[in-house]
Amino acid sequence: MRLQLPNPGLEDRILSHEELDKLETEEAGRGDRPKWDNKTQYMLTCVGFCVGLGNVWRFPYLCQSHGGGAFMIPFLILLVLEGVPLLHLEFAIGQRLRKGSLGVWSTIHPYLAGVGIASMFVSLMISLYYNTIMAWVMWYLFNSFQETLPWSQCPLNYNLTGLVSECEQSSPVDYFWYRETLNTTPDIGANGGLQWWMVLCLVSAWAVLYICIIRGIETTGKAVYVTSTLPYVVLSIFLIRGLTLKGSLSGVVFLFTPNLTELTNPTTWLDAGAQVFYSFSIAFGGLISFSSYNSVHNNCEQDAVIISAVNGFTSVYAATVIYTIIGFRATERFDNCLGGNILALLNTFDLPEGNVTESNYDQVLQSLNGTYPEVIQGLNLKTCDLNTFLSEGVEGTGLAFIVFTEAITKMPVSPVWSVLFFIMLFCLGLSSMFGNIEGVLVPLQDLGVFPKSWPKEAIAGITCVLCCLVGLIFVQGSGNYWLSLFDSYGGSIPLLIIAFCEMVGVVYLYGIDRFNDDIEFMIGHKPNLFWQITWRFVSPAIMFVIFVFYFITKVQETPMYKAWNPESDNFPTLEEKEYPTWIFAIIFILAGIPGLSVPLTAIYKCLRNRCCKKDNEFKQDDLNTIAKQVQLTDEATKNKPDIPETADGR
Amino acid sequence: MHCCSHIILLFGQAICTVGDNCYRAVTFLKEGMLVWILFLLCQVGAPALAQDLCQRDAPNGYKVRISLKTALGEDAYEWNQSEMFFFQATMAFAMRRHFQMETYNVDNIILCVQTSRVSFWFVVTSPDNTTMLIPKADVEKAVRMSRHRINNAFLLSDRTLEFLGIYPTLAATVNPDTPPWLIVFGVVIGAVCAGIIALLVSSLLQKRRKEKGMTEDGQDEEDMQVKGVENGINLDGTYNRGFTDDDRFTKL
Repeated sequence: MRLQLPNPGLEDRILSHEELDKLETEEAGRGDRPKWDNKTQYMLTCVGFCVGLGNVWRFPYLCQSHGGGAFMIPFLILLVLEGVPLLHLEFAIGQRLRKGSLGVWSTIHPYLAGVGIASMFVSLMISLYYNTIMAWVMWYLFNSFQETLPWSQCPLNYNLTGLVSECEQSSPVDYFWYRETLNTTPDIGANGGLQWWMVLCLVSAWAVLYICIIRGIETTGKAVYVTSTLPYVVLSIFLIRGLTLKGSLSGVVFLFTPNLTELTNPTTWLDAGAQVFYSFSIAFGGLISFSSYNSVHNNCEQDAVIISAVNGFTSVYAATVIYTIIGFRATERFDNCLGGNILALLNTFDLPEGNVTESNYDQVLQSLNGTYPEVIQGLNLKTCDLNTFLSEGVEGTGLAFIVFTEAITKMPVSPVWSVLFFIMLFCLGLSSMFGNIEGVLVPLQDLGVFPKSWPKEAIAGITCVLCCLVGLIFVQGSGNYWLSLFDSYGGSIPLLIIAFCEMVGVVYLYGIDRFNDDIEFMIGHKPNLFWQITWRFVSPAIMFVIFVFYFITKVQETPMYKAWNPESDNFPTLEEKEYPTWIFAIIFILAGIPGLSVPLTAIYKCLRNRCCKKDNEFKQDDLNTIAKQVQLTDEATKNKPDIPETADGR
Repeated sequence: MHCCSHIILLFGQAICTVGDNCYRAVTFLKEGMLVWILFLLCQVGAPALAQDLCQRDAPNGYKVRISLKTALGEDAYEWNQSEMFFFQATMAFAMRRHFQMETYNVDNIILCVQTSRVSFWFVVTSPDNTTMLIPKADVEKAVRMSRHRINNAFLLSDRTLEFLGIYPTLAATVNPDTPPWLIVFGVVIGAVCAGIIALLVSSLLQKRRKEKGMTEDGQDEEDMQVKGVENGINLDGTYNRGFTDDDRFTKL
């Protein structure tokens, strides 16, 4: 009944259970393989890796645009059916085989090494651009230590007669983001040169990352005490502050008002699945590495459930906090809009102040429209609707650097809130970067790119320097466009392929029976029916469906990007432009190389095996001697299952 | 009112030169009536004259708009005739401050077209010739010069005490020599570099200590052998180094 693909030689490549126990007791003294100081460090590192910027700026947007409270239903269902099983799988396989991602997949089958290489490429590409976002966060953080925040007002133009026109037409926050931070060019082709201030921030971001990973998990384990806990503290502070602001509750209500008709829309389920998948940082290889530093009898099942729950809770919590602030901003905008209209009416008709208020505005407008229609027309009054302001839902960098910063300028004591907010974003991103870099460094060491004699400080240093240099692409004038290109194509499709191959590899190549036995050895009981069904059928099916739909939508749509062009007709709205044709080569490299490395490595290994097959044959012949017979009896006793003496159950 | 008294005095002088003692009683009555009529005319005529000078969209006048409730909320005072008088006095002060030679008075500021918004128009007449208006540009200069004082007199701001047509001068932004972000950047980078160097140095020292520990163990054994200590037992005699490499020759 159980489908099991042939996998000869698996036993020789992996350590048996007895050997694992021996290793556990022996290795306790040696410092050969890194180990976690305590369970807290491990849990905080995994939580930090999973909880990232996406929880803060992608989930609230999805929640609000897909029917508010109703979005929780597909999100929670897919969290349980897709997120938790994949997480448990990665933890268990890492803990059992005690190697990084490349080592694990080569151990399961040499042809599967491509999965590890693909993980490394994806982690590398994401590290490159993710740290640029950290650089942007650092820039805003450095600029928050001023009494008046620089994005709260437009600067004066050259001859001090008025405000800068680009800023006047858009808004101070837009101007600060697009002009003073990015200095963005109107087109991805025009590269605009390196922006020196962003280069400094990029260098500082990589420097801070380097000091945290300089000795591997020895330093990372200490850093996560701060980077994983601080975001929760700041979110709570913002929640309390947000709830005392006017209009915050209307934001929260708007976020969570359920619209059950959205559940019939397949895009909702697709987005929920994609969000769960990307939010868990699966298929990066970092989680496998982290769990391989655990002791063998660590309870990985419990860990998987706890971390999934924490991740889900953080998404909902962050969404609530963000939307209290967005509700406040929307109410502020609405009040300003209405106030402007009322002032226009008072001034034109010379009515005493207080005659027209928010409550009787509509009545007064109607009566005036009846008596002086032309005058009212000439005033060009704007229509003010709170819901339109609330549903100006933004995601990604727009939410953090435009919408939220604007809301902060309207709060009293703005610099404090700004510093807190950007420190929180920095910690969220930094803890995710730890996992990304782990997914790059460990495979590089396994591949033998660096000589074994080099200390890990040097390897980490060289990797950071090289990534920093390549990351200079993203601090040019057109850097923002390159970043969104990398984000949409480099970080989406390859991960789905890798995750699918992981599941198939473990369940059908490694063998679900062997996997069940391993888990029983490690945590003391066999995984129950839920895990069996999800690992074998449900999760791979969900992966496959998401991958197919994603692929079809990406291939069908013409790739467009939104450009900030002060000369365009409907400035300040972003201009939609098509990518130039040479971008397609880059897209192919980003999405294709990790994806194709899975089959290509398999083919390469197969060919190498074929041409060197003669050497293998010699190993298989054994001399039939008495000595060999003695060994046979030893092997017979070895094969009997051993009840583990130390059932830690941690 | 000033002009009325002038006219009555002149007319009175004219009457006195004409009449003799005989007509004094009759003319006195007629004088009285004429004066009274003139007085009435003056009362009507003077404002009428002023009205010609100050009107809505007057070429040399400015419209003022005051938003008390927006500025002061609960503490807003009532806008009445006294406040209007205060405004005239403030404007006269502004004119005096700008044209330092000329003495402007409250009468030189003429207000009209008051609305309940609170808004009104005003013109400024010259102190020497009350029919002559001060040109718009000069009034603007005077207002700009004393804008801050005028605002503070009424506890208002540029936004809530508006002179339509006179735009407030933009406050020049303070540009510090070193941008503040560079200072924070310097602090952060300094701390991080110091940390990196400290960690690298400490791992180097750790490595050296380990290596030293291992070589010391090896050297100790040889030293002990040469001194004649084997397995911790002191042997008599000296150790013949000629036999140390014996092992080499016995190998095949």
